[in-house]
Amino acid sequence: MAERRNFSIIAHIDHGKSTLADRLIQHSGIIADRNFRDQILDGLDLERERGITIKSQSINLPYTSKDGREFELNLIDTPGHVDFTYEVSRALASCEGVLLLVDATQGVQAQTLANLYLAMEHDLEIIPVINKIDLPSADIDMARMQIERDLGLDGANALLVSGKQGTGVEELLEAIVERIPPPTGEVGDPLQALIFDAHYDAFRGAVAAVRLFSGEIKAGDLMRPMAIGKAYKVEEVGVFRIVREPRPILRAGDVGYIIAGIKSVADTRVGDTITMDNNPAPIALHGFRESKPVVFSSLYPVASDDYENLADSLERYKLNDASLVYTKDSSAALGQGFRCGFLGLLHLEIVQERLEREFDQSLILTAPSVIYKFTMEDGRALEVDNPAHYPDPAAIRGGEEPYIRASILTPDRYMGAIMKLCLERRGVNSEIAYPSPGRMDIKFDLPLAEVIFDFYDRLKSITQGYGSFDYEMLEYRKGDLVKLDILVNGEKVDALSMIVHKDRARARALNACERLKEEIPRQQYKVAIQGAIGGTIIARETITAFRKDVTAKCYGGDISRKRKLLEKQKAGKKRMKMVGDIEIPQSAFIAVLKTSDDE
Amino acid sequence: MADSGLYVHVPFCASKCPYCAFASCTRLGHLAPAWRDAVLAEARRRAGSFGTFDTLYLGGGTPGLLDDDLLASLVTGLRRALPFARDVESTIEANPADVTRDRASAWRAMGLDRVSLGVQSFDDDDLRFLGRRHAASQAAAALQALRGAGFTNVGIDLIYGLPGQTLATWRDTLDRALSFGPAHLSCYGLTVEPRTPLARSVHAGRVVMPDESRFEAFFLETSRRLAASGYVHYEVSNFALGPRSASRHNDKYWHHVPYLGLGPSAHSFDGARRWWNVRGVEPWLRRLGQGGLPTAATERPTAEQHRLEVLAVGFRTSSGVGLPILRATPGWQAILDAQVADGRLEVADGRAVPTVRGLLVADALARAFA
Repeated sequence: MAERRNFSIIAHIDHGKSTLADRLIQHSGIIADRNFRDQILDGLDLERERGITIKSQSINLPYTSKDGREFELNLIDTPGHVDFTYEVSRALASCEGVLLLVDATQGVQAQTLANLYLAMEHDLEIIPVINKIDLPSADIDMARMQIERDLGLDGANALLVSGKQGTGVEELLEAIVERIPPPTGEVGDPLQALIFDAHYDAFRGAVAAVRLFSGEIKAGDLMRPMAIGKAYKVEEVGVFRIVREPRPILRAGDVGYIIAGIKSVADTRVGDTITMDNNPAPIALHGFRESKPVVFSSLYPVASDDYENLADSLERYKLNDASLVYTKDSSAALGQGFRCGFLGLLHLEIVQERLEREFDQSLILTAPSVIYKFTMEDGRALEVDNPAHYPDPAAIRGGEEPYIRASILTPDRYMGAIMKLCLERRGVNSEIAYPSPGRMDIKFDLPLAEVIFDFYDRLKSITQGYGSFDYEMLEYRKGDLVKLDILVNGEKVDALSMIVHKDRARARALNACERLKEEIPRQQYKVAIQGAIGGTIIARETITAFRKDVTAKCYGGDISRKRKLLEKQKAGKKRMKMVGDIEIPQSAFIAVLKTSDDE
Repeated sequence: MADSGLYVHVPFCASKCPYCAFASCTRLGHLAPAWRDAVLAEARRRAGSFGTFDTLYLGGGTPGLLDDDLLASLVTGLRRALPFARDVESTIEANPADVTRDRASAWRAMGLDRVSLGVQSFDDDDLRFLGRRHAASQAAAALQALRGAGFTNVGIDLIYGLPGQTLATWRDTLDRALSFGPAHLSCYGLTVEPRTPLARSVHAGRVVMPDESRFEAFFLETSRRLAASGYVHYEVSNFALGPRSASRHNDKYWHHVPYLGLGPSAHSFDGARRWWNVRGVEPWLRRLGQGGLPTAATERPTAEQHRLEVLAVGFRTSSGVGLPILRATPGWQAILDAQVADGRLEVADGRAVPTVRGLLVADALARAFA
């Protein structure tokens, strides 16, 4: 029987993880060259477009080593974003080793570090790999030096590859089988299979991606996810070779999938342990955790009569994404919708985009919020994740908001701009380290609310893409929290309300008014946009009325052109929301969540 | 069923005006005989979809540039190729620089009975800005020549909203035009069309266009002044001295009456289908030369698309849009009431009719009911 090696590739975004995975897959020959497409593991359109991995995936690669031994290598691809740190940790828990990818042109970045720490927590064999050595700007010595100094690994041991050209792939495969230890675990012990990912198949139900630590499983067995407590009859087990390839049995040390007629991925939670119903393992594998949303926003259909449709789409979407939580919500401005909890801002964007693309929904989402805690004069404690539930300010004794510890790795020339950004965002406790010459590691305690408001995009922009960012959650801290309302022609648009720190209220209000002024088309009337706390107006912009809205000439019988324009505008109207007499485009609700570039 | 309209696109110009986005060319005049033959060929190939025609409109481009013999053979050829009603309105567009008494008489002799004259302005500075080949005095001479040759149905085209133009200089132009007692006036607000030299000048900051409130002032002043002289503001940019003087041909575009367009870039509507021809003179000639049709694309509007067309075009005209069309819009009554209260629409005889202020925002009215 072929030996097993289970490994993952960890890297900062854009360091070439997907391309290297492509080369390994091509080398294994499991897929004909003519069927190959780039970033083959990134199955979602969204992943390919954004160049990020959202879902964990595994792939089983046959390999014959130079000394003639047969292997099955299980590559577990992990998401590359802080929102999915927990998913990454479960994927890493399923491996014995990792390839730590460092871009030869960019060196070590924040996520490289964060992922390294994760790998170390799981006691994995770490193989440093310097990628993109084919690029003219590659600086291999610099990368080696950073691997030693920033990561504390042996730089001389790093492998040199070019995922793009395939250079060094042979050596890499040899290193995987030589340096990564084989999985341990007894086939005779009760089954312990760690779920590190699950997706929903319209025909087969939940497909759980698992790593077996002990025991074995085959079709016909009665299995049980331990956190769920329900038993399911196994229909099929197998391995992923891009497509599912059924196998008669999976054994301790294997990575593969289990299908058992499960209706929703809510019953195959990432981190849960699958065991046998009649011969259960005494304890579940360590580390299961309910995913807890940290960012909240409400979703509304642009057309109110699409509510039922949205409800249906969310339900179907949820089959595939157990980390999304939602409850009914309603707004005076936007009608009926849903309050949703997300793992982070990227998760929010992903859910929004997938609902729009895969379920053809037109959505408006409200300003993302964190969970605020309030202590009331009467001693009650309140948790508020929705500005609509902001309590009567007279009855509040004090408020608290969650903080994070941000870690920003950057070339030192951007220090001033980053300090300014973090201080504007109420950052405290800064700490600066110089891991290697010319590079800085800036740490700050920041309110999470400031981070989910366009922080990452701003950071990218002021560091021209060179700054990288990672964070961990800290505790709640006291804050003077107020509710900022936005009024359009005197009417409060509840969907634009947000809870903000008092010191930031005016800046946020001005920004929202400016953004709305840009996004709301001129109307037949003058439109006033105001920001207010309670009854006090703190910001204002005015949109002047249009005086003329007609083309002078109707081109010699070209009625089609006029009609097509009107058809386009009619379609655009579906993405408009009437607030009083004013048409507010969907884009306006999104624009208020961003700052302008010249902030 | 009303009779159909016939449009012939003459794609030749002596020079290209900096604001114009129409299909025309200045260096292919030698192709005119081939173009005429091809127009007649296209007429024969397309005749089947239409009934009789009661308008002929030679537009462009600059039809007045065509020499008399070529023009006469074109008009005669069209009469032979297509069925015409007894009473036909036959229009030729011309530039003042190309109109002489002799030529005007020749046009009359061919049976043309209406001239649309591209005067644009009676101010020489305006004319220079617009890159026109004529001076104001030539426009006056051309109008006298047309009258002398017996043309009673003359339309004058004017353009307002030029950089540097004042209401006073525009009034002077309007008054000069009125002094010739034209049956029809087209007054177009200067529009910056993409990819024209004017657009480039505006983009580069060399030309500053008047803002919307000035445009509005010009528009309202034009309507007021012409109404006082007895002209009906029957379309956004068109005024007629009494209902019989409206351009019978252009009315067909606005009221969904079939029209056949011949020549490069011409658009057609046979009552059910719309199509348009390829834009370039040479590709158009080639397609016809190969025995085929020069259609670029065809479409058959659905009922909803037809409704949108009625909205897009109807609010541009003084006949407005019938209420049954508006009723298909959710919340139509409230939208209508608001527009009536704001003085942009009036309801009369089961139709929603734009006021002068309504014409100024016709596109917004169409959007409101789309």
